[in-house]
Amino acid sequence: MTTYRELLQQTKTEIEEIDARGAQALDGAAWIDVREDDEWQEGHIPGALHVARGYLESRIEAAAPDKSAPVVVYCAAGNRSAFSAKTLQELGYEHVYSLAGGFTDWKRNGNEITMPRTLSPEKRTRYSRHLLIPEIGEEGQLKLLDSKILLIGAGGLGSPTSLYLAAAGIGTLGIIDADIVDETNLQRQIAHSLETLGTPKVDSAKRAIEALNPDVNVVTYRERLTSENIDRILDDGWDLIVDGADNFPTRYLVNDASVWRGIPVVHGSIYRFEGQVTVFKPHDGPCYRCLFPEPPPPELAPSCAEGGVLGVLPGIVGTLQTNEAIKLAAGIGEPLIGRLLLLDALATEFTEVKIERRSDCPVCGDHPTITEYIDYVEFCAR
Amino acid sequence: MSVVRVPPVLRAEAGGAREVEASGANVREVLEDLTARLPALGTKVYGEGEIQSFVNVYVDGEDVRTRDGLETPVRETSTVILLPAMAGGC
Repeated sequence: MTTYRELLQQTKTEIEEIDARGAQALDGAAWIDVREDDEWQEGHIPGALHVARGYLESRIEAAAPDKSAPVVVYCAAGNRSAFSAKTLQELGYEHVYSLAGGFTDWKRNGNEITMPRTLSPEKRTRYSRHLLIPEIGEEGQLKLLDSKILLIGAGGLGSPTSLYLAAAGIGTLGIIDADIVDETNLQRQIAHSLETLGTPKVDSAKRAIEALNPDVNVVTYRERLTSENIDRILDDGWDLIVDGADNFPTRYLVNDASVWRGIPVVHGSIYRFEGQVTVFKPHDGPCYRCLFPEPPPPELAPSCAEGGVLGVLPGIVGTLQTNEAIKLAAGIGEPLIGRLLLLDALATEFTEVKIERRSDCPVCGDHPTITEYIDYVEFCAR
Repeated sequence: MSVVRVPPVLRAEAGGAREVEASGANVREVLEDLTARLPALGTKVYGEGEIQSFVNVYVDGEDVRTRDGLETPVRETSTVILLPAMAGGC
């Protein structure tokens, strides 16, 4: 019968141990921390990946895909890492080292450590369904909590986007809208209610957001976005804009400012049963002017107030915009950059068309001709 | 015959139809055939030998302006989408 001591001694003869200095000299090494979650939370070696020993076999290939590159494994004192190193050798890793003395010696000798940022127990509970998704997890949730997203409009599209972004834990939401809640809004604008009739939409939306998730910092701008106030508002530092405006001058204004400042815009627009969604990421893809160099003449651009809109349509399009915004904020997935998604709710049909950056675009092209704000009302009335 | 998708703001010009048919081997021929069949619709999107600047035309998901413009080939099985911008966020 072999004892633990004997097994450890035997294992250590079958693997290679390395000291901190030797490990730091290794070129392109993956550092794997095999300790338990609570040990990792109390600090770890900078740049290390956490793969608890219990998940080592199942998760190591995702964490360190190159089996010919050196791998440094560590635990608290160098014993669990010795067993782990042996396992990695058996899995075909060619240059595996166990850090002698582990994290304890590393720290004692004055080497640098990183304290991971973590979620409070309350946030861990609130966002638990996000934390369970590998693509989001704690790291992604922390990114969402650090994000600042500006919503243009607190109406049909702004209602679902503000509520779902708030529920997702976006740290700061800015909302621009000059309007007051009226009865005709309640057929679709679900951030508002009978209780907030007659109040500014930004205040009504703020109230709904805070009832859902008081962690969200809501910044309200009760004004109509214009070339006079857009710089002041954007100076508040937004990572992303979700455009749910209801008119062309604002759309072109938001486009120009976002291109000049390099802020991605998640675009959504609706009319009757149809919607359009895309993402404009300045210089990585087309901008709104690449897609639509000119607005249609006024008689072909009726508003929802003139032509109507199916109540649920902004819900569908707004949640598609929210999905894009969350992916951009968390840095995951394939955003709708260079792709315009068309929705026909009557046929329940989605169509995707390609959109390309135009080298002759007056704003984001190779030789821009529009470099400062223009008269957007006049431009859209031609 | 190719299928031409009509945007909601132009359906009145197409008798309310969401899709209409038109024939032609390229975008120019399709738009000319469309104009002959439905003059009110055709002239809104195609006039004086050009696609109106506020309308995007997609053949099988690609903007014809990024391909060969009016000479972009259209197949019998193609879907042609006429798409002006929509502003509404209402």
